[in-house]
Amino acid sequence: MQLLLKNGRVVDPVTGRDEEMDLLIVDGRIEKTGKGLAAPGAQAIELRGKVVAPGFLDMHVHFREPGFEYKETIASGCASAAAGGFTAVCCMPNTNPPIDDESVIRFIQSKAKEALNGLVDVYPIGAVTMGRKGEHLAPLAELATAGAVAFSDDGSPVFDSELMRRALEYSAMYKKPVIQHAEDPALSKGGVANEGFVSTQLGLPVIPRLAEEVMVVRDIRLAEYTGGQYHVAHVSTAEAVAAVRAAKAKGVPVTCEVAPHHFTLTDEALRGYDTNTKMNPPLRTHGDIEAIKEGLRDGTIDAIATDHAPHSFDEKEVEFQVAPFGIVGLETAIGLAVTELLRKNVLTLTQLVEKFSVNPRRILHLPEIRIEAGAMANLTIFDPAADWVVHPQAFRSQSRNSPFGGFKLTGRAVGVLNNGQASWATPS
Amino acid sequence: MPLHSRHLLGLDGMPREDIQLILDTAVSFREVLDRPIKKVPPLQGKTVANMFFENSTRTRLSFELAERRLSADVLGFAASGSSVSKGETLKDTARNIEAMKVDMVVMRHAAAGATAYLSRIIEANVINAGDGSHEHPTQALLDMFTIREKLSRLQDLHVCIVGDIAHSRVARSNIFGLKTMGARVSVCGPATMIPRDVEKLGVEVYHHIDDVLPTVDAVNVLRIQLERDASRLFPSLREYHNFYGITRKRLEKAGRTITILHPGPINRDVEISADVADSEHSVILQQVLNGVAIRMAVLYLLSSKN
Repeated sequence: MQLLLKNGRVVDPVTGRDEEMDLLIVDGRIEKTGKGLAAPGAQAIELRGKVVAPGFLDMHVHFREPGFEYKETIASGCASAAAGGFTAVCCMPNTNPPIDDESVIRFIQSKAKEALNGLVDVYPIGAVTMGRKGEHLAPLAELATAGAVAFSDDGSPVFDSELMRRALEYSAMYKKPVIQHAEDPALSKGGVANEGFVSTQLGLPVIPRLAEEVMVVRDIRLAEYTGGQYHVAHVSTAEAVAAVRAAKAKGVPVTCEVAPHHFTLTDEALRGYDTNTKMNPPLRTHGDIEAIKEGLRDGTIDAIATDHAPHSFDEKEVEFQVAPFGIVGLETAIGLAVTELLRKNVLTLTQLVEKFSVNPRRILHLPEIRIEAGAMANLTIFDPAADWVVHPQAFRSQSRNSPFGGFKLTGRAVGVLNNGQASWATPS
Repeated sequence: MPLHSRHLLGLDGMPREDIQLILDTAVSFREVLDRPIKKVPPLQGKTVANMFFENSTRTRLSFELAERRLSADVLGFAASGSSVSKGETLKDTARNIEAMKVDMVVMRHAAAGATAYLSRIIEANVINAGDGSHEHPTQALLDMFTIREKLSRLQDLHVCIVGDIAHSRVARSNIFGLKTMGARVSVCGPATMIPRDVEKLGVEVYHHIDDVLPTVDAVNVLRIQLERDASRLFPSLREYHNFYGITRKRLEKAGRTITILHPGPINRDVEISADVADSEHSVILQQVLNGVAIRMAVLYLLSSKN
């Protein structure tokens, strides 16, 4: 199969390329690059005004399989990823059974190969501890050997300092980061909302910013001491960003990600008690958003990851305090990033591509993607000027729990190519 | 002039004229309660369901009495614990009750925002009888009614709320309501019980009760929740009483007449000393009586908003 991608703006931070050009793709490989390419017999696709970037990787998703297939399956998750412009995802281990055994990794890998003929690479993240209970280390070496790209007890922080130390030491032997959902559970016990004016007014139990910050600071010290690679999931507070910035300046092996909702919404969104504004870490304040944007700009925040957390309609159709944490994010990520970061001049296009593709791959030690002749085509194509309205009912994800329904966004995925497969958005 | 909303979810954002209307309407119902025949017909043919998902005696009885005094048919429903622990969702429970053609629902629930959620999923008028630590609007209305009855106004009065402000729906509703009515509002309690950024609601914060009492017209003493796991918030009941308990000695030292309110049930000699609770400046029992009148007013006003 031959594809001729015409006149797209190729933005490839790895090769330093940013120019309008054609790509001829033959059997999933970039055969030729250049201007005004002609290829009789190839399917030509006009991409003027669209960005052709190395495939986006969402390093933080919850695909719910095995165990919670009513929320999302690996197949529906992959469809959502492709629709949102991602060619790869890392799935978190809070499944049932959790990813604390290599058989679960193999199961996920085989399901991912079946989904969309393997269009989306699904990289499992192994649990740090058995059953994600924070008591005994999971078989990290076996998990790494089977294909785990990182370790995390996501959702359940590794609270025990000694265990976290050991996890960092052990995982370092396999060059795998430990990803921490940074939250001191004693400080956040029973909480559902950021502690501040809004929680005071709404009478909601709180998750103070402190819960995240003390954990990040502790973990940074553990990483510095052990030399283990530490990655902070979904940073949400100004102080957490500052702590990571200071650690990086000292040369500590620490990286972090931010979720689009944390640079878009504040806890003001909780007024009305919409359960789709309930996530953990909770929505914070305007000051935090400013700090997060500065962290993205100056490179403190390496990656944008969605924390895609599907839940069924009925699970969210309850009292705010009762509802599960989390929102789906794969299909709104590019729109939110373009609208909030690119259009507001927080990031350049190249930086945006780095946060979605280059940096997460670097953190996870995955092979870099190059857009050049001879390379396999692993591409995300998006329209940075497309205006659209979010309709959760149209999501490919099995779940609809998004606070962004009705939002007018700019920037939308056009298509993805990977592993010899392609998927194109149907214009709506 | 009717109320602006068809529900009473809280006093946060409620227009001054609506609060005024409820308080004024309650005056007439308060008179009804002094008659030999205490029943009036406005809610005849209407059905009110009282859904209490959290233990309550006085609020439930007060609502029930108010409903019966207005000639409504009353449905009682009590279940402790959250809807999840019962195995049925709040939505299913509420819709089942509504299917019996209920016109109004009074709900108490442990989760903040539960009544706001309920108002979105059912057609009946919803009255909040306490949602988590969020609001307890009829309590604040009856507190304001009682203060106004005793001191003949709310404007520019200084009302201090003492206790666990962070976990108190009574405190929140009183703050919202009193601020709207032009009162000066302060809160007093140990730092562990003062919610963050509360001063942004326009209240003054005190940690030492003797600092605030000399300027106070009325003090609303919150119940210290013995049953809640409050062990992290203060060291002991003895220490709380010594430093925050409203005692005759403290009141004498303040050097002025201070009206004493308490939403009940009181813990004698913990947050309030027995002699203060029983003193002539205590309006605790008037609050209970006025509570029926306030709830009658709210039910009456909302019933015309269908």
